[in-house]
Formats: sequence, structure tokens, C-alpha cells
Amino acid sequence: MSDFLRGRAMRGVLAVLVLLALLPLVMDPFRLNLSGKYLAFAFVAVGIVLMWGYGGVLSLGQGIFFGLGGYMMAMFLKLEASAPDLPDFMSWSSVETLPLWWQPFHSLGWTLVLIALLPPLLAYLFSYAVFRKRVGGVYFAIVTLSLALTLTVLIVGQQGDTGGANGITDFRTILGRDIVGDSAKLVIYLAEAAVLGLTMILCVGLLHSRFGKVLIAIRDREDRVRFSGYNTAHIKAFVFALAALLSSVGGAFYALQVGMVSPNAVGVVASIEMVIYAAVGGRLSVAGAVVGALLVGLLKSYLSEAFPEVWLYFLGSLFIGVVAFMPQGLAGFALRLGTGR
Amino acid sequence: MNLEIAAMQVFNGVSLFTVLLLMSIGLAIVFGLMGVINMAHGELMALGAYVTYLTAAAFSRFAPGWMDAYLFVAIALAFAATSAFGWLLERGFVRHFYNRPLDTLLATWGLSLILQQVYRSVFGPQEVSVPLPLWLSGAWEPVAGIQLPLNRIFIIGLTAVVAVGVYVLLTSTRWGLRVRAVTQNRPMSAAVGIDTSRVDALTFALGAGLAGIAGCVFTMIGSTNPGTGQLYIVDSFIVVVFGGVQSLVGTALSGLAIAQSQTTLEYLMSGSMARVTILLLVILVLYFRPNGLFARKTRS
Repeated sequence: MSDFLRGRAMRGVLAVLVLLALLPLVMDPFRLNLSGKYLAFAFVAVGIVLMWGYGGVLSLGQGIFFGLGGYMMAMFLKLEASAPDLPDFMSWSSVETLPLWWQPFHSLGWTLVLIALLPPLLAYLFSYAVFRKRVGGVYFAIVTLSLALTLTVLIVGQQGDTGGANGITDFRTILGRDIVGDSAKLVIYLAEAAVLGLTMILCVGLLHSRFGKVLIAIRDREDRVRFSGYNTAHIKAFVFALAALLSSVGGAFYALQVGMVSPNAVGVVASIEMVIYAAVGGRLSVAGAVVGALLVGLLKSYLSEAFPEVWLYFLGSLFIGVVAFMPQGLAGFALRLGTGR
Repeated sequence: MNLEIAAMQVFNGVSLFTVLLLMSIGLAIVFGLMGVINMAHGELMALGAYVTYLTAAAFSRFAPGWMDAYLFVAIALAFAATSAFGWLLERGFVRHFYNRPLDTLLATWGLSLILQQVYRSVFGPQEVSVPLPLWLSGAWEPVAGIQLPLNRIFIIGLTAVVAVGVYVLLTSTRWGLRVRAVTQNRPMSAAVGIDTSRVDALTFALGAGLAGIAGCVFTMIGSTNPGTGQLYIVDSFIVVVFGGVQSLVGTALSGLAIAQSQTTLEYLMSGSMARVTILLLVILVLYFRPNGLFARKTRS
């Protein structure tokens, strides 16, 4: 049975990978870049599937880790763009020397290490403390939501260190190579799709291992798992940290794709929107989350350009409709089609 | 800091607290009773503010001579409109999600997005404000050097009346008894013959109506735009969670504590740092008292 389920999930992942490989052939560079932007959110959505769909923990603060990753990457690019001077927003706020915590971001190696380590570490420490107190459910959602708000307020307030409400913008090269031209965009897209593919395969593997079984058991009856001798707080914190890592990686790719990062990508609205990507794709499907992120994202670009009035109606109805009528999302729909029921 | 400034700070803190308190009481009783997180609560408040705006506009058009009294009509209308909307919302929407709190959260968020766009389409994206009745402009000067604006004194009084009214309603009426019974033990209350779904609907309507009054109060101190509700929603949740759900007094005290420390810290440091400090302090306190500061000890 397990092999059968894993096989089905893996086929979904393969189908999505084929789709991602085909996109560059049918899309012009502008649309491809947009898709790349939404693939960055797909990382977050995969994390939400692990954490919410399988672990039963809903965080409304994934923007925190997305933002951390994005800001770290953007700061590296910005320091390169403005070298040997300080970034422009710092001199506008008469900051004269680079603050200590930005120092590591002169080197790409350190930047990547910190993107991969810092957000999961923070996430683990915070959430282990919370889960150990057996706080969960809506409380956890509200606390993470208020943390996202806190970080936004902090970023906007500390203009000299973070670029304030404008964010960090205006960088065009990485290690001297251009990142805004069409061919560069294609390379970044392919790199992103490859990393995402690997992520999906690893996540499906994880979910169908013993660890995945324990995770589902925690979601469905945490007490029993605890009484069986598992430290459920550790396991939930680990999944939360994993989701944070994925968000952070997504944020880093976002900075590369979009060429800027701003508090809007961190805040309350953005953080809740990230949940709908996973919900539309199907909260139990890794591959579905990627499709959901791409689909909702592209619809957003299309609708908010063509009918700006309609977009919020649409998004609002999407939240309601998915929750009320298709809790398994698109993946559940596809599954029903596949089994002919 | 001299005494006059200190007094003014406390006063400003209290008037900031009024809107927050009215919002939080509504959220707290709904959350305590049904375990529902209503993310559209802020938009209900905005609805109350827009009703006030419409009432003021109607008075200035049709009955300019009665302009001084429009506020009382507006308070009643704001309460009536939002609680009616709340009742419909509970019966037609929220009721279907009771066993899935996280899904309710997402669905009501969707609703809040739709309502925001409705407000934007109907009232436009710009801010609207209401004229202050003549008898509320000006300030009261109890001692030289301290000026307390009359409109703020009014909203503090109004909030006090409403809060005491809700307290009395919940503690000394038959209906309040039923609400408390259902909050404490739903299956048992149903077993002794309480119509729990009716209690749910009416309580939700009351919570919504309180948000409507909050919106009405809000027009006295600020201008309304389609996003106004969203500014308050996270803060109100923090007040509720900090105070501990199910405890009305706890909600009031935690709202007061948060609003007071916000205004005091704003005096000492920048506004954004004050907010960050408060949010982090609240989260820290919640770590040590996960059920809120004023929660009673239970075995549940």
C-alpha cells in the first residue's frame, strides 16, 4: 500500500517536473520570469503541505522565513551592486558603516550557508519552545501571524538597515554575471526548477518514510503518539524548521527572480496568501502545491492587470470555495478523475 | 516627564484602548463560545464605520437641524446593521465550519478580502470621515495645562457603558447564563435543553454588533478606508489571546495594558520599535502563560 501511494505521489511529481521543463518552450521571457517568481512561492507551499497537510500545524507566518531568505540574498546582491560603497538606502539614512550583522553577506558562500541554516534554526528554537508547552491549533496560527506583523513593522521602521518600506532593490549582477537579461533569466529559472524538483522528490520520500507515518499520527491523535513514547514537540518543530528552510530558499530565489525584496513579501497578507497556494493545489499533495502556487500566481498577474477590481473577489472566493468544497484541492480532483470515482 | 504630559499619555492610551476593547470583547465571546477565529471581524468594524458615515451624510442632507443628534442614531444603526450581518454570517457561513477551526480562519479571511473589495467599490479607495457634532468639539480643561478632547471623553464613556452592559448581560440574565453554560460544556448544555445553535447565532450577532460600535467609535478618532479593519484585526487577536479567552475582565485588562504600554513606549522610542517591543513582550508572556494572563486554572 505504502509503495503504491509513494508511486502515485512520485508520478505526480514527475508530471509537474515535465510541466516545468516545458514552460520555457512555450512562454516568452517575461512570462517565464513571472512563473519563476511564483515557483519561489511553490517552495513555501511545499513546506506548508508538510507542516499543515501532514503535521496539522498551520503557520500564518511563513512570510517571516521567506523574507529572511529573500533579504539575505538581496543584501548579498546589493552589496555587490554598490561595492565598494555602502548600499544607497544606508547612505540616505546616514548609516556610515555596514552593521555587523550584514558583514557576512559580502561572500556568496556565507550568504548561502546562512540562508540554509539561520531560518530553520530560528524556527526550530521558537517552535520547539511553543510546542513543548502544547500550544497549537489556532493559537499557533495567531502567534506566527503576529510575528510576521512584528517583522514587517521592524523592517519598515529600521530604514537604515533594511531599506524600509521600499525594500532592497536595484541589483543586476551575481558574481559579476548579469541576472536581468533573457538568457540569465532562463538559467535562473532552470536552476530554480531543478532545486524545486529535487525538493519535491526528497519531500515525497520523507512523507512516505516512517517519519511521515509518525507525522500523520501526530496530526490525527497527538496524545496517543505522545503516550507511545515519541517526543511530539521535537517532530513538529523539525517539520516547522523544514518548512522554514523551504520558505527561505524560496525567498532567495524570489530575490533573484524579481530583482527586489520588500516588506510586502513578509507581511500578514502575503503570509496568509501563501497558505492558499498549498490549499488550492491540495494540502496533502507536494506536487499539487507547486501547481497551486503557479496557477494562483499566474491568475493573480492576469486578473490584477486585466480586471483589478475582480482580483480580491476572486481570491476571497478561492479561500472560501477551496475550504468549503474541495479541501483536498486540485490534487484531490485529479485523483478522483484518475480513479474514475 | 512632568505630570501634565503623563496624564495626557494615560488619557491617550485609554482612548486608543476603546476601539481595541470593543473589538476584542466581540472576538473573545465568539472565540470562547465557538472556538471560531473570525478574521472578518475587522471588516465588521469597518461596516460599522461606514454605516456611521452614511448616517452622518443622510442627516446633513435631510435633517441638518438634527445634526447634533446623528451620533446616537448612528450608534444604534451601526449596531443593528453589523449584528444583523453577523447573524446572517453565522447562519449561512460560519456554522458549517465549526469543527474545523483552522479552515474557519482561512474561509473568514477570504470573506474579509471580499468585503474589503466591496467597500472599495462602493465607497471608493479614499478615506472618508464624519463631521464631529458641535457639542463634541473642544476640550475639557480640568486643571490648567491638561486638555482632554471632548470626543475622546465621549468614546471612553460610551465604551464603558457598552462593556458594563455586556458584562451584565452575560452574568445576570438568563440568556447570559445560557451563553456561559454552552461555553463551558456544549454537549451537557444541549442535554439539559439549551438550544445551542440559537445561542451560537445570537452570540455571534452580539460580537459582530460590538465590532459595529467599535467602528462607530473609530470614526470619532480617525478616517475610514476599506483597509481600516485589517489594521485592527491582528492587534485585537493579540489582546484576546493575551487576556485569555473566556475571561471578559481579562480581555479588558489585557487591552488596557497593551494600549497603555503602546502609548507610553511610543513616548520613549519610535512608534515602530514600540510596536515591535509590545508584540515580542506579549509573545514572551504567552510562552509562560499559554492560556493567557488571566486564565482560570482548569483541568480541561
